[in-house]
Amino acid sequence: MKRLSAKFDHCRADDRAALVAFITGGDPTPADTGAILDALVEGGADIIELGMPFTDPMADGPSIQEANLRSLGSGTTTADLFAIARDFRARHPAVPLVLMGYANPMIRRGPGWFAEQCVEAGVDGVICVDIPTEEDEALGPSLRELGVATIRLATPTTDEARLPAVLEGASGFLYYVSVAGITGKQQAAQDSIEAAVTRLKAQTDLPVAVGFGVRTPEQAADIARVADGVVVGSAIVELVGEHGSNAPGPVRDYVRTLADAISTARTAKG
Amino acid sequence: MTDQIPPNSYRTLPDERGHFGEFGGRYVAETLMPLILDLDREYRAAKADPAFKAEFDDLLEHYVGRPSPLYYAERLTEEIRSRAPKGKGAQIWFKRDELNHTGAHKINNCIGQILLAKRMGKTRIIAETGAGQHGVATATVAARFGLPCVIYMGARDIERQQPNVFRMKLLGAEVVPVSSGAKTLKDAMNEGLRDWVANVHDTFYIIGTAAGPHPYPELVRDFQSVIGTEARAQMLARINRLPDLLVAAIGGGSNAIGLFHPFLDDPDVAMLGVEAAGEGLDKRHAASLAGGDPGVLHGNKTYLLQDEDGQIAEAHSISAGLDYPGIGPEHAWLKESGRVDYSSVTDTEALNAFQLLCRTEGIIPALEPSHAIAAVTKRAVEMDSDQIILANLCGRGDKDIFTVAEALGVEI
Repeated sequence: MKRLSAKFDHCRADDRAALVAFITGGDPTPADTGAILDALVEGGADIIELGMPFTDPMADGPSIQEANLRSLGSGTTTADLFAIARDFRARHPAVPLVLMGYANPMIRRGPGWFAEQCVEAGVDGVICVDIPTEEDEALGPSLRELGVATIRLATPTTDEARLPAVLEGASGFLYYVSVAGITGKQQAAQDSIEAAVTRLKAQTDLPVAVGFGVRTPEQAADIARVADGVVVGSAIVELVGEHGSNAPGPVRDYVRTLADAISTARTAKG
Repeated sequence: MTDQIPPNSYRTLPDERGHFGEFGGRYVAETLMPLILDLDREYRAAKADPAFKAEFDDLLEHYVGRPSPLYYAERLTEEIRSRAPKGKGAQIWFKRDELNHTGAHKINNCIGQILLAKRMGKTRIIAETGAGQHGVATATVAARFGLPCVIYMGARDIERQQPNVFRMKLLGAEVVPVSSGAKTLKDAMNEGLRDWVANVHDTFYIIGTAAGPHPYPELVRDFQSVIGTEARAQMLARINRLPDLLVAAIGGGSNAIGLFHPFLDDPDVAMLGVEAAGEGLDKRHAASLAGGDPGVLHGNKTYLLQDEDGQIAEAHSISAGLDYPGIGPEHAWLKESGRVDYSSVTDTEALNAFQLLCRTEGIIPALEPSHAIAAVTKRAVEMDSDQIILANLCGRGDKDIFTVAEALGVEI
């Protein structure tokens, strides 16, 4: 968790947003993931979101659904995923790493077990798509007890009255899902993102990262002007889908275009 | 429910958060959460509104054709007695929900939910379907209320339930094949949730079984409880006593909870829910309680078929309507509490029961209640001849004749 706050502090000092890059763990095989994660870091990603594959990714669009199937098809287990995280942590001691996924694989052996594995593997935070604040006790207390960030999602449907409940127990950063929909589809209008971030920041000191539908360096730069973080997922996952084991090169090049755009976004405008 | 709730009642759940003990809840993406809370508020208001109940009851009577008959299956009872020791062989009665408009119990719930949709000002209906019965029932009420309707259906289910696919299209629904995962009911539900999350502003999701995020398990149960409420009154009126055993098939469990719930506080009424054992519990099956563990899927915590990492297993049953790797959370709780017994019946046993009912009673049942009938035949021979079994005949078998023909090696 300390790595997350240190990273956001560092980016703030540089007057830029953090680039949060997502891939699905074990896609196309568990053996390939390490090199792809390294490519994300080399390309300039500040924070890594490692997706835990699940048979029923209800909130994901076709790109990430397929990545889940490729990963599970090559036999990725929860143990593989933590091994990937542990190896990443050994290679990159300072880069924040968060797990993103669905409740069932996370709580299968009990929330306490999962939280311990996170700590042991050097995971800084967890984003669980289908545990809203109402069901927090299924996982949240175990994570917080061990100092693992519980990263909550806010969406366009999260209204003013509900936001305090969402923020209760939230840590690490707040992930603003900019469109009501599934991953990888369309991007929200810039002014609606700006308004939403302003609204969120009025109620929390947590950094706000914005994702869903971000594909081009221009889109990333636009968000970087108003938010503390930019999350890019489906576009990277599609490169992994296209290039498989040869994905590290194209992924590195693509992530670099995003990182470059983000690093100059605020100064270029101002 | 207007009758008194006794202390230690089995009918007080879920709690305010939608939990049945450790089961149930609202495990949904944040985007859906405000809508789920909205639905909950609207459902409380509707439940307290006499006009809502009046419209529901009126449609059930004049559009669905309720009350459905309560029928004593004399020839089936005789057939079982001929196999039973002397003095054994319980009387077998059926609640005839297969005689409803659209041929199954599913329509009861759809009437209730479309009235809620209307009340909430939603203008577009979506649903998932397995066997197609819920899809047909949803398309039916959407047509009746003039709302556009999209039905998600697994590509594999579309293949084995062609007549229902055509019915839905005749009723004006768009049927969207789902090719992800096992291409059956669970995948259709994933796709339904994906549609909903992208169209929360105008869309109402009519969930077909007593599962999903709270308040769905509760409201589906309440709408389906018309089955048990009628059956209880009919039994008392006809023979002035309650049955000794209730039996119903379970996929998600909506017809079973609808039959059981009004009887839960009758201590002398035993209950048996029958899951689909498919090819056998040691092979491919759909018996979540018998072969699963608690977990979270599709918005609720319940028993699921899953591996040690929490990946959801593919269910199998000859009956598309039972082919689901989970079960409604209230059944998970009723199992843990010991109030209801659960058993399972294989594809082969269900096929035999299907044929038995055709020949003894002149009723072609759906493959789903054929599982209940198979369990009834097993239990009846062990029970005294003055005891009574009431089973829910929750659907008719017209949709299944091609599947049955194929299983029996007959070319139509």
